Amino acid sequence: MTRFVNKKIAQMPYSGIRKFFDLAGGMKGVISLGVGEPDFITPWHICEAGIYSLEKGYTNYTSNCGLEELRREISRYLLRRYGLHYDYVNEIVVTVGASEAIDIALRCVLEPGDEVIIPEPCFVSYKPCAAMAGGVVKTIATRESDSFKLRPEDLEKAITPRSKVLLLCYPNNPTGAVMTEKELQSIAEVAAKYDLLVIADEIYSELTYEGEHVSFASLPGMKERTVLINGFSKSFAMTGWRIGYAAAPAEIAAAMLKIHQYTVMCAPIMGQMAAIEALKNGEGEIKKMVLLYNQRRSLIVNGLNRAGLPCFEPKGAFYAFPSIKATGMSSQEFCEKLLKEEKVAVVPGDAFGECGEGYIRCSYAASTEQIVEALSRIEKFVERHAKRQRAVYAVR
Amino acid sequence: MDDRKIKLLQALEYNHRISVSTLATMLNLTEKEVNDLIKEMEDVKIIQGYVTLIDWEKAGHNNNVTALIDVKITPQRDVGFDVIAERICRFPEVTSVYLMSGGYDLSVMVEGTSLKQVAFFVSEKLAIMENVQSTATHFVLKKYKQNGIVFNDDKKDHRLVITP
Repeated sequence: MTRFVNKKIAQMPYSGIRKFFDLAGGMKGVISLGVGEPDFITPWHICEAGIYSLEKGYTNYTSNCGLEELRREISRYLLRRYGLHYDYVNEIVVTVGASEAIDIALRCVLEPGDEVIIPEPCFVSYKPCAAMAGGVVKTIATRESDSFKLRPEDLEKAITPRSKVLLLCYPNNPTGAVMTEKELQSIAEVAAKYDLLVIADEIYSELTYEGEHVSFASLPGMKERTVLINGFSKSFAMTGWRIGYAAAPAEIAAAMLKIHQYTVMCAPIMGQMAAIEALKNGEGEIKKMVLLYNQRRSLIVNGLNRAGLPCFEPKGAFYAFPSIKATGMSSQEFCEKLLKEEKVAVVPGDAFGECGEGYIRCSYAASTEQIVEALSRIEKFVERHAKRQRAVYAVR
Repeated sequence: MDDRKIKLLQALEYNHRISVSTLATMLNLTEKEVNDLIKEMEDVKIIQGYVTLIDWEKAGHNNNVTALIDVKITPQRDVGFDVIAERICRFPEVTSVYLMSGGYDLSVMVEGTSLKQVAFFVSEKLAIMENVQSTATHFVLKKYKQNGIVFNDDKKDHRLVITP
């Protein structure tokens, strides 16, 4: 009954990773470096808080913007970790994952035809969400030679009189790039000059391995033009709980709350109760997980480089984004063959934007043993195909 | 302490079979450095040893009996509990010894091939020692978790193979 489906939605492509999901789903013995979520299960004390909330009979709706205690803890956390001052009464909205926060932030600010500037490679939902909200997407390609950071001059070039929103995600999925305070400052200057609203998706903020994460909203004058998005999925290994939040100037938070209350009412209460425990007592667990991620980061980056896939050093999140250009294959081809021949699942870089072509995303949210085994299979694969490529050239 | 050593110990703590080349790659050290540091820490007994955690029950070879014994002791002048604790440690059937706060002084873990053998150890070796006031023996019925590892843990990865 496609005649009933809205044209815009009908024309929208499925996420580029769906094909690989279907392909890998039925196979046995696959080592997956394709997963965009922690391999740890939620720390037990946090699970227990969720279970306890059920035992106590907390099975009801909460206030639309989230439990007061949770918002207060979020406000304290943002102050403690990033030096941000947000009023829990009217500047914080608890959402169903950071994904919902991205959606409602875009929907509450975009007028039809407003332009949303999105540096690529980026998380798969930004462009469709912006388009569904009536926005026009303008992408900026970031380059490996710039460590996949956004350059202010590239941003300035992309700006038109219709530009309204800049969507930033650092630490970045899929590249693992981070931006320093100074670099963000130069972006902030452009944002101020052209009066852009910045939606800062900082879901990977806790997974920063060198130096401290700098929140965009903490830069001078930026809080008033920033919607800060964060959540519990990555930092506390709580993806399935679906709890995220947005912190924004009161007028924007109020507008987001309108959409939020009419579409989802509120985030699930057991997740909110668990999130309170996470913020109160979970920072030690974050440290342990970060320590392990960091060990695996060196392992995978060095391993990929050794396997002949040059890999720039990711400074955050849990992804490595090596170049596969030397193999002569496209990202899609490389990933399909790697999956079929060596049973290693990775995600083709072009799923995250055109400029991701020539790269693959390897998640190191996997055990050391799995990473070591996957790397040895990748090395074999690259070696074998390099030989073939040489043979092809020789025949020519 | 040397930052490299801490990192190495953290990596080794729950898996000492991890290869030297993997360790070197993980920690951005050379293999020689890893070998030297491990050797050095073994020599000064920072690394006390490596053990294998075995679920003997699963191996179908469970003849062993484990008991936890609470031991009350009269401490000795100048040396306190140390001399007697060290004496208890020398018995090969003793697998661990801790000095405790609370109702008793030493917690002694003993392993034997039968109830009888453990009982014999307690009555003939431990209880009769000078300075030992009393003992209370508790036999272990089942092991659920040891050294941070849950026996029979379902380690299945419930995640989808590919997610954004």
